[in-house]
Amino acid sequence: MNPNKKRLRRTMMFLNAQKPGLIKDPYIYKPDSIMLDLEDAVAENQKDAARFSLYHALQEIDYRGVERVVRINALDTPYWKEDIRCSVAGGCDAIRIPKTECANDVKLVESAVEYAEREFGRPKGSVLIMAAIESARGVMKALEICEASDRLFGIALSGGDYTKDLQTHITGTGIELMGARQNLVIAARAAGIQCFDTVYTDLDNMEGFRQDVQNIHLMGFDGKSIINPRQISIVHEIYTPSEKDIIFAEKVVTEIDTKKAQGIGVFTVDGKMIDIAFYDGAKRTIELAKTSGVYKGDL
Amino acid sequence: MINAVGRDIPEEILELTGKEVFHGNHYYDGYEYRKHGPMTRCVINSNGSKLVDSIHDVLVKCGIKDGMTVSFHHHFREGDYIVNMVMEEIHKMGIKDITICASSLGKAHDPIVPYIEDGTITNIQSSGVRGKIGEAISNGKLKGLAIMRSHGGRVRSIVTGETQIDIAFIGAPTCDDYGNCRGIGGKSNCGALSYAMADALHADKVVAITDCLVPFPNFPAHISMTRVDYVVEVDAIGDPAKIATGAAKPTTDQRKLMMADYCTQFVVNSPYFKNGFSYQTGVGGASIASTISLAKEMKKRNVRMRFGVGGLTKPMCDLLINDQVDCLLDTQDFDLDAVESVKDLRHFRISAGQYADPFNKGAVVNKLDFVILAALEVDVNFNCNVVVGSDGMITGAQGGHPDTAAGAKCAIVIAPLLQGRIPAICTEVTTVTTPGESVDVVITDYGIAINPRRQTNCKEDNLSV
Repeated sequence: MNPNKKRLRRTMMFLNAQKPGLIKDPYIYKPDSIMLDLEDAVAENQKDAARFSLYHALQEIDYRGVERVVRINALDTPYWKEDIRCSVAGGCDAIRIPKTECANDVKLVESAVEYAEREFGRPKGSVLIMAAIESARGVMKALEICEASDRLFGIALSGGDYTKDLQTHITGTGIELMGARQNLVIAARAAGIQCFDTVYTDLDNMEGFRQDVQNIHLMGFDGKSIINPRQISIVHEIYTPSEKDIIFAEKVVTEIDTKKAQGIGVFTVDGKMIDIAFYDGAKRTIELAKTSGVYKGDL
Repeated sequence: MINAVGRDIPEEILELTGKEVFHGNHYYDGYEYRKHGPMTRCVINSNGSKLVDSIHDVLVKCGIKDGMTVSFHHHFREGDYIVNMVMEEIHKMGIKDITICASSLGKAHDPIVPYIEDGTITNIQSSGVRGKIGEAISNGKLKGLAIMRSHGGRVRSIVTGETQIDIAFIGAPTCDDYGNCRGIGGKSNCGALSYAMADALHADKVVAITDCLVPFPNFPAHISMTRVDYVVEVDAIGDPAKIATGAAKPTTDQRKLMMADYCTQFVVNSPYFKNGFSYQTGVGGASIASTISLAKEMKKRNVRMRFGVGGLTKPMCDLLINDQVDCLLDTQDFDLDAVESVKDLRHFRISAGQYADPFNKGAVVNKLDFVILAALEVDVNFNCNVVVGSDGMITGAQGGHPDTAAGAKCAIVIAPLLQGRIPAICTEVTTVTTPGESVDVVITDYGIAINPRRQTNCKEDNLSV
């Protein structure tokens, strides 16, 4: 398995691949991933120019560990195959499939990616895939999409198109996205992959954005698509375990290990009843603290 | 001749100006000289008024002639009408070969470019120029010299007599008929008149121009009647909308906010950040954001500022309102909040000489702990350029940049790696306006660079940065 499949992806920042000013140094804002967009942000007659700038950016710029995902054009356009060739040749880390509606969409892209890896001499499996779900049909087929390829590291909800398909609109409350969000995160967890939430477009409402991130964090999402570097610190703050959480998780892990050896199944930590069911959650907190760069312990 | 920052200064310029090349920041420390005194015409048996009917008449009374030096302040910034109205009259009178000595010139003064082209104006001394005047100078249209001095350097030049002002024109928001000028009140309220004070003390003739004549005495006067020869009342001395604008909306540009945050983190982790520290910053997006984020850190860490100095903006005045600083020392007011703050008894207006003149017996900048500055370019030797664009066009003003950088214990320059598509961090700046020896820290969007010379100083002083 590609070791990056389960890497930390709290923030995925969308950038128009055609804009040198945007793609020259997004790593200074320290997102976990950038999403170099060849699709909606790029006009029909500029697709080739965007690929050109994307290829050279991928080749020339050291993004300093930030994951480089490319959003290709939809599979019903004439562009997507060339988008994949160009991205893989440039050295991207992953491809995002827009408007994914079924397992076959993933398989089509997987096959094109594999072909491009061979064509450009990249190791097999080095390029990962993620799928964006943008329709009611996609939401209903989420589990089969999640299980369609070993390369698939995650799925993402794309709220704009999805709400249009649902014949509603983005309200800012999240009520219109509730079903899709729950369905996608459940499907992703069932398949053992990651799940990412849609963008929040009202840049003047940072409090609303914070509330939105808190909600999706509690729902189980691994991270959020973002459209402005201003949003990064809020997501990272909410997704980074607090010192209190880390200390508690350490105690849970240590106590469960100790008590297990003593044959004790249920006990209390800081007044809370703890059993083996808490073990994985506490381990995840410590892993997240490690990957977020805030863990100072030795577990 | 090669100066202390390695630039070759043409002998021709040295001969024309009678100046020495730059020898280093403290070369003149302890230097003794006698100050230049102005010609003074006593007013004993006057009719009790210094009012003159028009700019034309006052020019005649002052004996305007070819080759004279006239001075102006820039407290009305891009709303200033004074420079244009005086130069238009001088031009009409057919006077040639005028030297303008202004504390700064901006786009508001584009209309004087034809007077540069026709030889009415042949020399310009300023802290910087923008707009069409910058283009005219850069394109070689000025027949004489363009000399760009810092705010402190301008005062030094005036008090030493290096620049001898024949007539100083002082735009005054309020004035009485005997010449008592105030920076506040009237429709062109600018708060302070700091840059005009040296002119009033050392020019041979001093003319106050106002659009708000008030009954005598206009006290407390910022510029005293004892220094003013004539008073002229005109319809308008400036455009109020461009003199003191509303507070600039804090930037939402994440790059600037990030640099501001790096700056604040540097400040609060430095040894100078402690109760009683002093601070100055400018009006750029990152500088204003730095003050806002510093205020939060001061509150969090319970650290109080002794004084803030310089051109003031809302975030600096908020420190006073929130009782986080003991006092503000004001050289100019950039927004209406700063103008309003002048009423606070802890808000003191100071002259440009008090602020930054290196040739007096000690200036406020020498007591600064931190100054936060911007730059068009910074080079690998920490030299800064704040006047000349990378394309060679004069397009900025140094203001107090070199003065504060030299005086402050910790001079921080904030500059992104790229300004548009032009590198702001470069091998050699186009023009050195502030020498690298003054600059301690450069904050970019990519990270922080500490001047190696300062790192050595820190080790010597046993300070950890």
